[in-house]
Amino acid sequence: MSLNLTGVTLIYPDGDSRLTALDDVTLDVPPSTLTAVVGPSGSGKSSLLAVAATLITPGTGTVSIDATDTTGMSRRELTDLRRRKIGMVFQQPNLLPSLTALEQLQVVAVLDGRSPAAALPRARELLDAVGLAGEAGRRPHQLSGGQRQRVNIARALMNDPTVLLVDEPTSALDHERGRAVVDLIVRLTRLRGTATVLVTHDTTHLAAADRIAEVRDGRIGHHTGIERAS
Amino acid sequence: MFVGWRDLRFAKGRFALMGTVIVLITLLVGLLSGLTAGLGRQNVSAITGLPADRIAFDVPSAGQSLSYSGTTVTESQWRRWSAVDGVTSAEPLGITTTRATSGDRSAGVSVFGVRPGSALAPDGARTRDGSVVLSTGAADGLGLHSGGTLTLAGRKLHVTAVAGDASFSHTPVIWTSLDTWRAAAPTAAAAPGGPTASVIALRTTGGVDTKAADLAAGTRTVTKGDSLSAIGSYTSENGSLQLMRGFLFAISALVIGAFFTVWTIQRRGDVAVLKALGASTASLLRDALGQAVVLLTAGTLIGTAGAAAVGAALAGTAVPFLVTPTTVVLPAAVIILLGACGAALAIRRITSVDPLTALGSAR
Repeated sequence: MSLNLTGVTLIYPDGDSRLTALDDVTLDVPPSTLTAVVGPSGSGKSSLLAVAATLITPGTGTVSIDATDTTGMSRRELTDLRRRKIGMVFQQPNLLPSLTALEQLQVVAVLDGRSPAAALPRARELLDAVGLAGEAGRRPHQLSGGQRQRVNIARALMNDPTVLLVDEPTSALDHERGRAVVDLIVRLTRLRGTATVLVTHDTTHLAAADRIAEVRDGRIGHHTGIERAS
Repeated sequence: MFVGWRDLRFAKGRFALMGTVIVLITLLVGLLSGLTAGLGRQNVSAITGLPADRIAFDVPSAGQSLSYSGTTVTESQWRRWSAVDGVTSAEPLGITTTRATSGDRSAGVSVFGVRPGSALAPDGARTRDGSVVLSTGAADGLGLHSGGTLTLAGRKLHVTAVAGDASFSHTPVIWTSLDTWRAAAPTAAAAPGGPTASVIALRTTGGVDTKAADLAAGTRTVTKGDSLSAIGSYTSENGSLQLMRGFLFAISALVIGAFFTVWTIQRRGDVAVLKALGASTASLLRDALGQAVVLLTAGTLIGTAGAAAVGAALAGTAVPFLVTPTTVVLPAAVIILLGACGAALAIRRITSVDPLTALGSAR
């Protein structure tokens, strides 16, 4: 159970020229570990996350989830895979305005063909895990920024994913709330055994990571060896 | 429809506004349908109620189309048709529109002349020379009952019965004998060769050769349904009302399509998130279309109930409004169907939403 990118290259058309967003990127994220991906703006962090989320198919290289190569899969297979194996924590919470906090989690189960009622116990358990058991009936506009981000995290874990992809989760939060969110992600990574990738520009969160991958000009410069996987 | 239902509850104002528009359009379509059917019945019920399946007209002059007014058939034409194989009944029918008076009351009426004892009249045995059978509309208009008298073309006529509610070209029908009709119909007096009636009402079997019979008799025969276009005002009146109804159907589809186009554009971000979370495009389309159908059905039901209530309130008044499944249920079904088509065209944009846009801070 892990996320593995091998020799991934991604090239975008850029006017008359071509822009290499990812250049021969190899990254291995074992289960129960958190890999922080850092780098300056435009370095390829978001492209790396999009490729890992199977939202973009790379030009060359392979993306494996649970030792299953996703390159060559049909769009429908990728949608199924994303629903069952990948949890995504968006930079903005991206909560649906008409749903309560509890329903934000239930909808993920409904997308997977389960009934909302059947998903209720797990949704409540996850809301409890992120400290929002008392806010289950509130809609996004009734929650604070930090609370919305915690719902975002709980939603990502609803289908018990193998891989958790986290995109700049603290960009809209103050330092203290940001730290609490990162701590929560680390705790859930250990607890749920996910292979977690955390894209961040905030270097203060790096201490929480097991590994640090620095991206520059589409290449992973080096892994910082803080090998602290459990 | 997990998200669709919750959107309906959450965005109450927007959906209530759109629902109101659907209610009003449905109400308008329902009222127009009832009025169209009511006016149509006032125009043609005397013809559609005839116990006949074909109508034979005299061949019109070059460039002229068939018309119930100003046409006559002769006795020889009628006799030829009576002898045609496959014709079980050929009845001459005289039609003219004039005024009848009774005391100080006067009303426009359509005089239908038939042979005494003819099955064409609702109480044919009582349609003798010098007497009339009134439709309820004529009786009400003239304030008459059975046993009363009226004056038609200067002749006093005895009312032998009141039967049926036939009307023709928006006037109630008076059934009388062909001789009495001839006295009231200016075209009958002017026609050459011994005019007998305006048209011949035929009852036929499947084997009748109408082309050969027409050629021999000098007539042109059409089905009873096709003959309705020979009623002067019917085609133009019905055509105008149907055109309005058609435009309303088109407008409802466009308005609903426009609403769901804007709604879908507003929801693009949510759709991108759901796709990124693993929602299939088909499930999102089902959810959105279900939402549209719920809105359409609710709005249409309320509008249809309103139209039916107005129709019930107008029953028995002078307004010709008809409430039947055809005038109430059918327009509602068409609005739902066309509205769903409009919504389906609008929500197809869901297919083009890229889940990648859920990433980053663009939202």
